[in-house]
Amino acid sequence: MAKFELNDGDVVVVIGTGAGGGVLSNELAQKGVKVVALEAGGRYLPEDYVNDEWDSFGQLAWTDARTTSGDWRVSKDFSGLPAWIVKAVGGSTTHWAGASLRFQDHELRAKTEYGDVEGANLLDWPITLADLEPYYTKAEDKLGVTRTGGRPGLPGNNNYKVFEKGAKALGYKEVHTGRMAVNSTDYDDRAICQQTGFCFQGCKWGAKWSSAYTDIPRGEATGNMEVREKSHVARILHDDTGKVTGVEYFDPDGNLQMQKARVVCVAGNSFESPRMLLNSASSMFPDGLANSSGMVGKNYMRHMTGSVYALFDQPVKMWRGTTMAGIIQDESRHDPSRGFVGGYEMETLSLGLPFMAAFLNPGAWGRGFTTALDGYENMAGMWIVGEDMPQESNRVTLNMDVKDQHGLPVANVHFSDHPNDIAMREHAYQQGQAVYEAVGATRVMPTPPYPSTHNLGTNRMSAKAQDGVVNKWGQTHDIENLFVSDGSQFTTGASENPTLTIVALAIRQADRIADEIAKGNL
Amino acid sequence: MTKQTNRKTMTRRELLSRTAAVGTLVVFGGGIVAAPDGAWATEVTTISEHEMATLIQMARDIYPHDKVGDEYYVTAVKGYDSEGSITMVSEGVAALDAMAKAAGANSYIETKWEDNRVDLLKQIEDGGFFQAIRGGLVTGLYNQKDVWPIFGYEGESFSKGGYLHRGFDDINWL
Ligand SMILES: Cc1cc2nc3c(=O)[nH]c(=O)nc-3n(C[C@H](O)[C@H](O)[C@H](O)COP(=O)(O)OP(=O)(O)OC[C@H]3O[C@@H](n4cnc5c(N)ncnc54)[C@H](O)[C@@H]3O)c2cc1C
Ligand code: SF4
Repeated sequence: MAKFELNDGDVVVVIGTGAGGGVLSNELAQKGVKVVALEAGGRYLPEDYVNDEWDSFGQLAWTDARTTSGDWRVSKDFSGLPAWIVKAVGGSTTHWAGASLRFQDHELRAKTEYGDVEGANLLDWPITLADLEPYYTKAEDKLGVTRTGGRPGLPGNNNYKVFEKGAKALGYKEVHTGRMAVNSTDYDDRAICQQTGFCFQGCKWGAKWSSAYTDIPRGEATGNMEVREKSHVARILHDDTGKVTGVEYFDPDGNLQMQKARVVCVAGNSFESPRMLLNSASSMFPDGLANSSGMVGKNYMRHMTGSVYALFDQPVKMWRGTTMAGIIQDESRHDPSRGFVGGYEMETLSLGLPFMAAFLNPGAWGRGFTTALDGYENMAGMWIVGEDMPQESNRVTLNMDVKDQHGLPVANVHFSDHPNDIAMREHAYQQGQAVYEAVGATRVMPTPPYPSTHNLGTNRMSAKAQDGVVNKWGQTHDIENLFVSDGSQFTTGASENPTLTIVALAIRQADRIADEIAKGNL
Repeated sequence: MTKQTNRKTMTRRELLSRTAAVGTLVVFGGGIVAAPDGAWATEVTTISEHEMATLIQMARDIYPHDKVGDEYYVTAVKGYDSEGSITMVSEGVAALDAMAKAAGANSYIETKWEDNRVDLLKQIEDGGFFQAIRGGLVTGLYNQKDVWPIFGYEGESFSKGGYLHRGFDDINWL
């Protein structure tokens, strides 16, 4: 692994090593660009992961302080935990389930297609599906996504079989075991899925793609990339021409260090990325870096989510096998006759007993709740994930009253559903329940959204500088050598799980940055 | 204040002879709360036997699972027998007992029907005491590995090679 000097102003600094940062770092390193990747978390590999929900949460989850407001239920039930994401080398790709779907053409033109939706701050992406397609293909090959590039689908587990039978009974057509970044055959030096379950806890077989054991070690092997773990970036620095010059970070011993950089790429996920930009405010940029539009932190999206669990009179044992290999795509279309714009996916999901107890109906108690858990062995489950509306008032701000372990103001996450989100969730609950009722469910349970796993939009991409934070390359409108490289770039959320798109954008951005460096522009 | 009794030296008969039976639990002097059949017993050193018995009953009333034995509920609330919990527990239990008295019983644990105890709990469910006990149970009860098999949950599977050859798709009733 390379080692670069703190005052080596030639390096590209990438902040965060998850889906965005991990991939970007490797792609740059492969092209010969020198990269220092700073990661707040420690390094954990398949041998370290544990098949235990709470122990794994303790090992991997981001539990630094955050605060919440708004009328979302998460703010009441899990007030200090707005998101369930990871602080570790590899970021949330250690936790993720692997569902890897391309956005649809109309979803990248939400404003044009959906028209004016009151209270929503919709905007078209400055890129089209045609721009993204070659990068989607590269991303699918990198992640080894099933049902793409000739890779076979995964076999269906018990939870899927129940789901599929109900879906077909309702007449749904696009029903299969998903496009998953989980190996259905040996691929790219990763093993075939052993159906252990515990995909959310880090895949001990390495069958699921995670940047932790693919892109990151491969980038390091080039000799062009240094990962500094347990290195928490406090702020991004700039000179008096307004270009960024490096970052200040707390090293593993808690000492403040300064790393110089020619380019800085922010990929800390959608709370930390805007938080860093806001915490970098200076006399030149009093509202934070790259914030001339005022959009840094705004338009936070988390997908319209929810779950439907159902009980049957016989065992399902849904926890066995891949956590999310099952999808119904028929509702993922724009059809306002359903009473809302945009669409949603239904995907199989299981939680172990400990997490089911915590998330099935947070705060509930008594027999209404416990009889549901009594049926745990006979339970099937799905997650619903749809496009939510960007709203300016849903936003990440600095909470000046609460400081983290480094003394930095923490992120406050404010969120309230848009009426469109609520209408879509109602529809999805109904359809999800119908799926299970069609297979003889004796009880169905519409389950509220969990702490967010998909966090998007807080540094959004826009054609015009006044509408967003970054341009079509993820480069900030205001500062040419400052980029955003994670899901916070998303202009709108679409109905698909976001990571394939984050990875595609990171590969595309690496091409751009390497090109611009070669041309002497960066 | 330490109350020490060595329960291992106590025979079942002795246990029963010293019984003050309340509800489905038994409270002794000498720091012991036990099952009427002697199947389990727990010792308290800081809070009173009555308070511990109340917490155990509360735990069962909050998350009642008829197939889960008392011993798991005991494990889930045992941590409240500590200096840091004395005030919360004694005030909380006293308030609950006062409500039970107002409703015509001697105490919370002597309120015979679960439904009636649940009515009492509903009156305090937004308060700090109830929320602390309920919140603690979510992991205190359901994260006990010994409880999992009672629900059919199989836990860790990596060491057994996952379910690829052990029934990930063995559903047979569809
Ligand atoms: C349980 C779960 C299941 C999921 N399943 C799916 C799925 O099936 N399909 C899908 O598409 N998506 C899924 N996701 C979402 C997916 O994990 C995220 O979309 C993706 O990882 C986001 O990438 P990112 O680069 O934006 O952030 P992350 O992957 O979260 O990486 C951000 C990294 O930045 C680091 N960081 C933050 N702040 C700092 C700082 N100040 N200094 C240094 N480092 C910092 C963090 O520690 C972290 O490692 C799931 C997520 C979870 C939690
Ligand atoms: S089910 Fe497959 S992908 Fe999921 S953790 Fe197990 S081996 Fe990995």
